[in-house]
Amino acid sequence: MPDTDRVYLISGARPLGGDPVDLLVADGRIADTGTGLAVPEGAETVDADGLIALPGLVDLHTHLREPGREDAETVATGSRAAAMGGYTAVHAMANTDPVADTAGVVEQVWRLGREAGYCDVYPVGAVTTGLAGANLAEIGAMADSAAGVRVFSDDGKCVSDALLMRRALEYVRAFDGVIAQHAQEPRLTEGAQMNEGCVSDRLGLPGWPAVAEEAIIARDCLLAQHVGSRLHVCHVSTRGSVDIIRWAKARGCDVTAEVTPHHLLLTDDLVEGYDPVYKVNPPLRTADDVRALREGLADGTIDIVATDHAPHPVEAKETEWSTAAMGMVGLETALAVVQETMVDTGLLTWAQVADRMSAAPARIGRVTGHGRALAPGEPANVVLYDPAAPVEADGAAMATKSSNTPFRGMTLPGRVRATFLRGVPTVLEGKIS
Amino acid sequence: MRHLLSSGDLTRDEATLILDTAAELARVSDRSVKKLPTLRGRTVVNLFYEDSTRTRTSFELAAKRLSADVINFSAKGSSVSKGESLKDTALTLQAMGADGVVIRHSASGAPHRLSHWVDGSVLNAGDGTHEHPTQALLDAFTMRSRMGRLEGLRVAVVGDITHSRVARSNVLLLTTLGAHVTLVAPPTLLPVSVHTWPCEVSYHLDDVLPKSDVAMMLRVQNERMHESYFPSVREYSRNYGLDAERLACMPPDAVVMHPGPMVRGVEVSAEVADSPRCTVTEQVANGVSVRMAVLYLLLGGS
Repeated sequence: MPDTDRVYLISGARPLGGDPVDLLVADGRIADTGTGLAVPEGAETVDADGLIALPGLVDLHTHLREPGREDAETVATGSRAAAMGGYTAVHAMANTDPVADTAGVVEQVWRLGREAGYCDVYPVGAVTTGLAGANLAEIGAMADSAAGVRVFSDDGKCVSDALLMRRALEYVRAFDGVIAQHAQEPRLTEGAQMNEGCVSDRLGLPGWPAVAEEAIIARDCLLAQHVGSRLHVCHVSTRGSVDIIRWAKARGCDVTAEVTPHHLLLTDDLVEGYDPVYKVNPPLRTADDVRALREGLADGTIDIVATDHAPHPVEAKETEWSTAAMGMVGLETALAVVQETMVDTGLLTWAQVADRMSAAPARIGRVTGHGRALAPGEPANVVLYDPAAPVEADGAAMATKSSNTPFRGMTLPGRVRATFLRGVPTVLEGKIS
Repeated sequence: MRHLLSSGDLTRDEATLILDTAAELARVSDRSVKKLPTLRGRTVVNLFYEDSTRTRTSFELAAKRLSADVINFSAKGSSVSKGESLKDTALTLQAMGADGVVIRHSASGAPHRLSHWVDGSVLNAGDGTHEHPTQALLDAFTMRSRMGRLEGLRVAVVGDITHSRVARSNVLLLTTLGAHVTLVAPPTLLPVSVHTWPCEVSYHLDDVLPKSDVAMMLRVQNERMHESYFPSVREYSRNYGLDAERLACMPPDAVVMHPGPMVRGVEVSAEVADSPRCTVTEQVANGVSVRMAVLYLLLGGS
């Protein structure tokens, strides 16, 4: 890692897409902003002409796979991928092996993140022991641990038992925690392989109906409002889900929601060739769902973009569709996909992108050092992004240990040039430093 | 045509060519020496991940009648049961110089995946709940032989449509060939998007039979009976089974087809199964001719 005492002058960057200014970075903070700042002695100048400056991105939904599946990803490789994608903080999901359902495991992940040093790793704690959906995990111990867990999720599995979900929602209120629900009614999705609709019927693959997601979201919104707790909905994927969340927010439910980059861009007809690189949970949906998700993210019904970065080794995808693993890598392509689907379409400004990908996820995760303004005195967590640098996505060239990107072969509109974590460049000139 | 993965891949001309070729090859089966030298020196692998003696035997006989070398690679008792991946099996077959691979697999789309890993032709012999194109071809061949035409023919396909690869392949192929298909099933056994398919749909067998030239009865799998797709086997049979009384409501020259194996007393009564209007054994015989035609057209060219 580079020298932490170094002073950087980022010249000509456009904060939140606005007019070009210089940013002086010293002692881990933004020391000054303005035009034509003098270069202090010994400072390194970073030419950011034409680049967008955003607060370091915060991912509320990342699978780092360690402990247990270090063949797919480690905290070190995953946090390097995060830095390459412009992230300065990621929330590591609990479905590791062993499951992150004790203070010991979350502290291990937290410590591995600090040792790697590429971004802040905030472990997510399991809601139920072993993700088994039967008994509450030691949520309080995880909250009080060095990792200071605030987000709890059985992601990969739904907390489908309504009473258990109620208890979890109530319990985490004691330390301002949030339950991040993977909304999937289990009986309606037994053996499900892809979105249920025209394509699944033609391909003869068991369907994952939209109602299986929507029914759980509706139930959880009602539960959360009843007990006065915070609910976060993971990877919203259908038009009906957007409608339900919009309705729940209107009636005062404290619910937040996320959408993944892949659900903003890709549709279920990609499954036609049975290539499992397109297999993900929840599944890719229809073009109409994609439209609704974009509208929902634009009008604030959906609060944030979260990657659901899910690395898998080659052999887990180079197989028959039905035996292949579900999931896609996404940390290194997220910002470019959001540019393509939301900014270039006129649905979001860069300032709103900063909200959806940095400020709002930091708020939901109760992460105080991230998602801040690009202003003097704030921690220097900054990403410099070139929105006019088309690049073909290539899993083999990525920092993640896995290569299962559904965007491979697609040309995405931009790329991250630099990422600063508390004043230290983790990425410079598009390369890990 | 390099592979046969889906009936939907066939144009009307290609499908007709297969049926015409099958008709010519059928004459070989009538000779005392039932063998042609066409595929001498070519290797056909039967790669069967599901037990299906009848389909495997049919492909084996078809390949042998064309003088191909046939290898039966069964998932049981091979390295597959030790956990070898489909890709590694494919690379093994490739290394052995397979010119054609006939694959039966419980996973929908397995033949598509295989086609990326081998240079030879891939023939889908039934994949999961997706397709079974040679079954549809032999069904079309049988209808054409019996009824003299396919254009305008009215075909009712009755039973578990959702989980049937035979139904999917038949809807695609018969539509391509100009027949009119009506799917008949309780709503629980119809795909949710069936209204977008190029066919009619009915929940009432008795409404459809008088207007049908062919009734194709599908087997009801044992496992459906315990998953609440219908209340009981008896109720299913009452509403969707074909017995002599219902057969009498069909046009006098109408035929009853079944891809086999039949469950007598459920989808067809014994009386109907044994009636001369039931084409089950003809279908089996025609299966060999149609598979010979497909192997010949896929592998005979170079």
